[in-house]
Amino acid sequence: MSNFINPNLPCGELEGAWQKTVKELTKLASEKKNKFEIIIVGCGLSGSSAAATLAEEGFKIKLLTYHDSPRRAHSVSAQGGINAARSLSEEESKVAIDQLFKDTVIGGDFRAREASCQRLSELSSSIIDQCVAQGVPFAREYDGTLATRRFGGAVVSRTFYARGQTGQQLLFGAYQALMRQINLGKIEIFTKRDLLDLVVVNNVARGVIARNLINGNLETYKAHCVVLATGGYSNVYYLSTNSLKSNASAIWRAHKRGANFANPSFTQIHPTCIPPGDSYQSKLTLMSESLRNDGRIWLPKKINVKDDPENIPEYERDYFLERQYPKYGNLVPRDVASRRAKEICEQGFGIGFGGKGVYLDLQDSIKRDGLHVIKAKYGNLLEMYERIVGEDPTKVPMKIYPAPHYTMGGLWVDYNLMSNIGGLFVLGEANYSVHGANRLGANALLQCLCDGYFISPTTITSWLANNKEIDNKEVDQACKEALSSVEEKIKVLLRIKGDKPVDYFHRRLGEIMISKCGISRNRNDLILAFNEVELLSKDFKSNLKVPDTNSGINVELEKALRLEDFIELSKLMINDAIEREESCGAHFREEYQTKEGEAKRNDDLFSHIAVWEFNYNNNSHTRYSEELTFKKVKLNTRNYK
Amino acid sequence: MRDFISINFKIWRQFNDESKGIYKEFRLEKVSVEVSLLEALDQLNEQLITKNIRPITFDHDCREGICGSCGFLINGQPHGPNKGTTTCQLYMRNFKDNALIVLEPWRAESFPIIQDLLVNRNTLDKLIIAGGYFPIETGNAPDANLIPISSEKAFSSFETATCIGCGACVAGCKNASSSLFVAAKLAHLGQLPQGINEKKERSIKMRKQMLIEGFGQCSNNLECEAVCPKEISADWISWMNKI
Repeated sequence: MSNFINPNLPCGELEGAWQKTVKELTKLASEKKNKFEIIIVGCGLSGSSAAATLAEEGFKIKLLTYHDSPRRAHSVSAQGGINAARSLSEEESKVAIDQLFKDTVIGGDFRAREASCQRLSELSSSIIDQCVAQGVPFAREYDGTLATRRFGGAVVSRTFYARGQTGQQLLFGAYQALMRQINLGKIEIFTKRDLLDLVVVNNVARGVIARNLINGNLETYKAHCVVLATGGYSNVYYLSTNSLKSNASAIWRAHKRGANFANPSFTQIHPTCIPPGDSYQSKLTLMSESLRNDGRIWLPKKINVKDDPENIPEYERDYFLERQYPKYGNLVPRDVASRRAKEICEQGFGIGFGGKGVYLDLQDSIKRDGLHVIKAKYGNLLEMYERIVGEDPTKVPMKIYPAPHYTMGGLWVDYNLMSNIGGLFVLGEANYSVHGANRLGANALLQCLCDGYFISPTTITSWLANNKEIDNKEVDQACKEALSSVEEKIKVLLRIKGDKPVDYFHRRLGEIMISKCGISRNRNDLILAFNEVELLSKDFKSNLKVPDTNSGINVELEKALRLEDFIELSKLMINDAIEREESCGAHFREEYQTKEGEAKRNDDLFSHIAVWEFNYNNNSHTRYSEELTFKKVKLNTRNYK
Repeated sequence: MRDFISINFKIWRQFNDESKGIYKEFRLEKVSVEVSLLEALDQLNEQLITKNIRPITFDHDCREGICGSCGFLINGQPHGPNKGTTTCQLYMRNFKDNALIVLEPWRAESFPIIQDLLVNRNTLDKLIIAGGYFPIETGNAPDANLIPISSEKAFSSFETATCIGCGACVAGCKNASSSLFVAAKLAHLGQLPQGINEKKERSIKMRKQMLIEGFGQCSNNLECEAVCPKEISADWISWMNKI
């Protein structure tokens, strides 16, 4: 059934395939570029870097964001670092590129395209050059060269970083390049705008409908093509490490206009986050995974222990990861650590609010290395923890719990980052490209910048060169239709006049999704979850209460529009998780595991990307698949025992 | 330990830039000390919505102190009483039972009020637009290790680059000066060898823009440093003045 899905992969050798592709793509003379207008939605790493680069090349850019400034996009929160395969000699470089490529494919559990991973790895070194030239203050060695550190799932040190704020510094680099283009008049920026619909004419994207969040007006924007760089959808789970306004609306509306959605159920859970302390908690804060290097994870051996952890003697503590994985101990991969924590807490051993937490204890490391060493390593993290929890983690064991963090799934794109809708390009976390079923640490920032600085500017240029003609009359007609459908959508929400605020429904959606379509899944629970979401959807549509004004600021309406999309997306995530009858990467189906409790892939049936098409006429979905083949890395099973 | 407390809020309510603002009082019963001030406001807003009262408007997003969206005066102090802490990282355990918490928006001519606690800070972006960058374009970068940078210099540049653009320095200054914001950006870029050539030009452009956008002059009161959630030193203002 995969005959019409064409990923446009390069032919021949993987190495250097991207450079060959670039040569073959159509170019445009720079004086012709200012005749083209491009809409970019989202101003995080991929949106800002694409906007700046395309503007530098001469295109006219309209940039839309719901923030008041592009500097606030959620990329700013990324802590750890950015991978790059760099080396002094050409020979060593090739080895480094191969290694990063391999780690990305294997980390993704063989559910991403080899060609895209190879390109990511080949471009990585120039990304670092680009960022340094912009003034990104990466950490340096004593000899003045760039410093690197090791990151989860890797044996080599190739992660570049700016303390625990790498995302912030990379974003500011792109933001500044963007600001320079605004100064030069090449980019027009529209802040405080929510994207509510995509305008499609003859299967080509030609515009968007956005809501001005300050005055409530709906606005139409037309262009030659549209770029969505709108991030991931972890907020489906309500509590996640994402910023509160991060949402799926742009990609979901595009999906409902015909853009296919790939592997929606592939979501990554981060094992070390601060657990909730109260039901009104609005987000979960990530604590860098590096803490697992020096922290021992444990729970009381007895169920329901209410004692303070310092009063629990050594023989009554269960260091469950060290017990189950003597070789890797507390450093097992993210998904394994998350799953074991969830299981043991569900058996009743968990600590803290709602029994959803495990201890991460730094005491032994402090005794071994001294307090000053631990403080030097994790100083700012420990302060952040103390601010949020109110306990000193150098005295009392930290409480941690897994939290949704990143979504690998997203709009399906081909090798050129274009969706199946012509002229609709999707970048960064919003697309499904290199991360497969599980993203490798420090690859998110890399992917965003490769998409924005190097890949999309080339492929967008080529597409525009071959698609110059616009039928303005048809575009205007489609804009009118899209605008009135958004108007109607808003009216419907305002008309409900129920008695429950948006967050009530969002919290419930989160509970369903995290318990049944989160860290681990099984068929029965998934079917139950689907029914529960259906019921919730009905409740939402009949009991929602939104302050009844569409003019001026209406934050509740913004949230309701986003939640409506999250609810619909949840059902697709659940269906995707049901259909994928295997475990791979972060998608763990309890029915498919080895005797040791490890994920068991089924390469015969599922070595493919699930591609979901929305059928507008009967409001249903069809699942297609794009087969994956592996030439360079052999399909194998990982083993951390 | 007190697990739940009650709070008396006095909050600035203003429909838009043109309308008159007024303080309104609200009482929030039984709020957990484990939640943040913004989460307490979420809770208050849920109650207001069910009572058909317009919820309180404030900006926020990451809720982990890095995006710079949040910020208002809490009992007269930008971002509240704790040092090096953004509004979203201020937890209710910092307040006593039945405490009075007064919330009002940043007060500065360059930050017009949009609604309630939400102000328009686009002027900060305009300062960057005027010249807060290197004139480098994609694809023209030399090898990143071509110019060595000492780890101290890189770190010092990084420290000034951690500014989150929240505007607290402006709100805390009696002259509503943006000197610390501009100095931080100039110091981030000007300490690096890549940016040494246009150091002076950049400074002239950004400082000229400060006046255009209506920010006040610096009179060395150092309030900006005291309220900066990222604890950026006001010494950088003197550094800027010597460029």
